[in-house]
Amino acid sequence: MGATLEIRNLHARVEGEDIEILRGVNLTIKKGETHALMGPNGSGKSTLANVLMGNPAYEVTEGEILFEGQDVLDMEPDERSRLGMFLAFQYPVSIPGVTVANFLRHAINARMKAQDPESKGISIPEFRRLMKAKMDMLHMDHSFAGRYLNDGFSGGEKKRAEILQMAVLEPSLAILDETDSGLDIDALRIVSEGVQALKGPDLAVLVITHYQRILNYIKPDYVHVMFQGQIVESGGADLALKLEENGYDWVREKYAVPAE
Amino acid sequence: MVTAVRRRRSDAYTAPSYTLADVHALSKNEPKWLQEARESAWELYEDLPMPTLQDEEWRRTDYRSIRWEEAEKLIKATNASVDVVPSANREPLVGEGEGGTLIFVDGQIVQYEFADSLKQQGVVFTDLRTACIEHEELVRPNLMTKAVLPTDGKFAALHAALWTHGVFLYVPRHVVAELPLHVVMYNTQPGATLGHVLVVIEENAQATMQVEYASAQVDQHSAYIGATELLVGDAANLRYVALQDWSRNTYEFSHQRARVGRDANLDWIIGTMGSQLTKAYLEIEADGVGANARMSGFFFADSNQLFDLDTQQNHNAPLTTTDLLFKGAAKDQARTVWQGMIKSLPKMQKIDGFQACRNLMLSDDARMDSIPGLEIEADDVKCSHAATFSTLEQEPIFYLMSRGITRPEAELMVIEGYFDELLSRIPFERVRERLQAAIEAKIIG
Repeated sequence: MGATLEIRNLHARVEGEDIEILRGVNLTIKKGETHALMGPNGSGKSTLANVLMGNPAYEVTEGEILFEGQDVLDMEPDERSRLGMFLAFQYPVSIPGVTVANFLRHAINARMKAQDPESKGISIPEFRRLMKAKMDMLHMDHSFAGRYLNDGFSGGEKKRAEILQMAVLEPSLAILDETDSGLDIDALRIVSEGVQALKGPDLAVLVITHYQRILNYIKPDYVHVMFQGQIVESGGADLALKLEENGYDWVREKYAVPAE
Repeated sequence: MVTAVRRRRSDAYTAPSYTLADVHALSKNEPKWLQEARESAWELYEDLPMPTLQDEEWRRTDYRSIRWEEAEKLIKATNASVDVVPSANREPLVGEGEGGTLIFVDGQIVQYEFADSLKQQGVVFTDLRTACIEHEELVRPNLMTKAVLPTDGKFAALHAALWTHGVFLYVPRHVVAELPLHVVMYNTQPGATLGHVLVVIEENAQATMQVEYASAQVDQHSAYIGATELLVGDAANLRYVALQDWSRNTYEFSHQRARVGRDANLDWIIGTMGSQLTKAYLEIEADGVGANARMSGFFFADSNQLFDLDTQQNHNAPLTTTDLLFKGAAKDQARTVWQGMIKSLPKMQKIDGFQACRNLMLSDDARMDSIPGLEIEADDVKCSHAATFSTLEQEPIFYLMSRGITRPEAELMVIEGYFDELLSRIPFERVRERLQAAIEAKIIG
């Protein structure tokens, strides 16, 4: 099985600041695998997600990100997306005046045009069928497509909208950044089932989470613990259970760098 | 007597060098009452000084870059043809066709169509010169006597003395003009045009009209000194769309005022895209009890354009409602100014006035000013105003890009989304499409 994602000695900081948040991250995710990345608040998990997707608010100072063998560091976020990378945001931004449907049609057409500059994009009937099928899968009301993107959405609706986008765009790598945060148990189940339904031999998943409970629905093959900008522990699904039982204190004790 | 100043100094507020002879030449074949009206306006014009930066209303608008020696030349049409008018300007406002079309090129009529069905109901839709002769009883009492007055300012007086062409729409009592009327004023030559729009909607009548202003790009300066008068009678209903897309090097100075009668409705849509400099007064007089007026203004300035939009909502009767939303953007070194005022006469209770101007600044060098104002002399009123400023945030752009959308397209989507609040107030899909196209042209431009 080829590697979908290879992260080598990745260092990154907020653009314009001195302090490194990622301090040498190494991680390889192969096709079809599901990895969980856990860690206490402030350990760098969300930074890693944003850096992987190319958020210009962060600056990579060292290391490599290879996606399906290609170095993506110099690529804009849209190029990474069109290659098959997807980030489900922890805090999806609202874009008033842009409907969910209009946005997703643009996203699909951007892909089609990148492959074939002559492409006229997806036809309206075909797009409607696609949207309906994907919204049904996620138990979403069809009126959702006409709402402004993330504008006035509840926490659960925002996360469901992220998974809807993933379902429509069919990435080969899905990074789920705290997709479980702010969800009640029903919403968590619906969202997780949606992800579960999209899993397959070609999809690699990186689930970033603080808590273990989403992993009851999205079973990880590997679990990693991030602390102070590095992955400090890796193991199987049982590592998540250990964290759930014992918390992160033992990680802190074992790996904490004394304050300077 | 002020004599024309020909010598140019950078600090001088030079006036165009028109003379009374220009007025006489222009009005040679006109009815006497009109010649007299022009002459008295000319006297007024000569008595008024050119506005300066010391005048409050002109404090932010320095028009001294205009080259009057080019811009003042009154355009004379030669071989004018409708073929030069871009097709976008000629498309009907709504799909079902038009009640009338009047297209001017360089001030000359090149296309005139008017539906028999409207004619038979007593609707008048014709050019203003013809109307002054054939419909004196309808035009004379209304032309610059009720809405825009020659005394409104230097440019209003000049317009009254020297207007070059115009349109007259009259809808008699109880008549509903179902199909919209469409007017285009298009210029191919540099120089001056002074266009007039006079709309008289009588009691309980109804109409929809769209006026478009545009011109071909030329190197020399041009001036458009316009006036728009909308007289909306009791219980009447007018939907009025004005789209301005003058070429660069055009300086517009215009006075536009609507009077809205008892229980009447006015829906006024204004798009400002073109010109080098636009100074427009846009005023609503809510005259009758229960009058209801809405004004929706779109503006987008780029390069070194300057738009100065001066709005007033005057509540002259109780129970009147006005709702004004302007939404604009500025990029490059462009400047925009919006000055709004809601006024009420004393004891005008139960009025509801709203004004908001929202500004999107797309470059650090652009400057946008919004100055809302209230002068309310009654206590049982609901009046509010808002001015907001924003810049293009990177977070939504990153979000859209993370789904594969390119940066230019992502920016366009966010900016179009910003304008959606305004576009959704416009009941005409074609007009929304035109403004969307304008946004796209401005951004990709």
